[in-house]
Amino acid sequence: MKAEHYEERRVEIDGWQVNVASYQFGTKWRAKADNVSPGAGLARAEADTREDAEKRVLDRARELLARTKRHSV
Amino acid sequence: MPDYAQPQVLVNTEWVAKHGHDPNVRVVEIDVDTKAYDEGHVPAAIAWAWNTQLCDTVVRDILPKSQFEKLMTESGVSNETTLVLYGDNNNWFAAWAFWQAKIYGHKDVRIMDGGRKKWLAEGRELETTTRSASPASKAYKATEPDLSIRAFLPQVQQVQKAASAILIDVRSPQEFSGEILAPPGLPETCQRGGHIPGAHSVPWGKACNDDGTFKSRDELDKLYGTEGVSQSTPVIAYCRIGERSSHTWFALKYLVGVNNVSNYDGSWTEWGNLVGAPVEKGAAKSATQA
Repeated sequence: MKAEHYEERRVEIDGWQVNVASYQFGTKWRAKADNVSPGAGLARAEADTREDAEKRVLDRARELLARTKRHSV
Repeated sequence: MPDYAQPQVLVNTEWVAKHGHDPNVRVVEIDVDTKAYDEGHVPAAIAWAWNTQLCDTVVRDILPKSQFEKLMTESGVSNETTLVLYGDNNNWFAAWAFWQAKIYGHKDVRIMDGGRKKWLAEGRELETTTRSASPASKAYKATEPDLSIRAFLPQVQQVQKAASAILIDVRSPQEFSGEILAPPGLPETCQRGGHIPGAHSVPWGKACNDDGTFKSRDELDKLYGTEGVSQSTPVIAYCRIGERSSHTWFALKYLVGVNNVSNYDGSWTEWGNLVGAPVEKGAAKSATQA
């Protein structure tokens, strides 16, 4: 099988830039969320639709990013 | 890829699609997210887990020579094998594995430009079965470690004091400034934020195009040249745990052609936890960071 309909987009969550990539694989859709800088993966999910898969990774990314402390410099 | 200093170390996805099954080629996926391989991988590729198979799991260190030899033998890799590495996050840990392979003297090791992301984006065939290699018929023999490409703490401390090499911090601008102590969303793994005094900020991703491939030689020359890097400048790259900086180390050594460049894999999780180590906070002065 092949990955199909691969797409990437950027969203902002609580001031952090997040990259969301998703594609179809067979009958399922897969999504992955990374923080744009530095590029570390935050969440991965599979669902029946692109929207659901992306929603799951964005929800998880939101939880993780909410825990990130900003320190005064 | 003719403009790079050593273009033979990069292969494109098309090359891997054509040669991934060749008997003298071993394709290996190494991901930050060690479960990604199971979702589908380059046909014939095996996987290495960076956190269990590419480091000493007791002492904080890279693989000891004997374990590296064992990994290669069990992976069906001989000293003559063309080893092709790729992974997620634009090849972070593929570059880490490449760096270790060069420390132990593997001659023909290459990176698939663009990594897993480009393979997916191009809609190429994915194999979902987990591959296990037949062990190599002859035991792999590593060379003594080439430590000229690895920087240890005492060397970095000396360089920092004497300003005798360019230190390149490849983390994000927020990590460099000290605003955050780890990539957003990940646990904090150091006691102090900031950077090694005098370090230049050149985030690793500046070396990449949107599709994950490396930028052109001209663009890389400009990127690092702005920070005073030339082919004869001694350079030490660091990040948080050494994998992002191995990506920059790769770009500098093989694509730009910097002769004396090493990867400080102790990186910020070592320096930022040291009692008494000098730390500088605040944004970079250069234009590279933005």
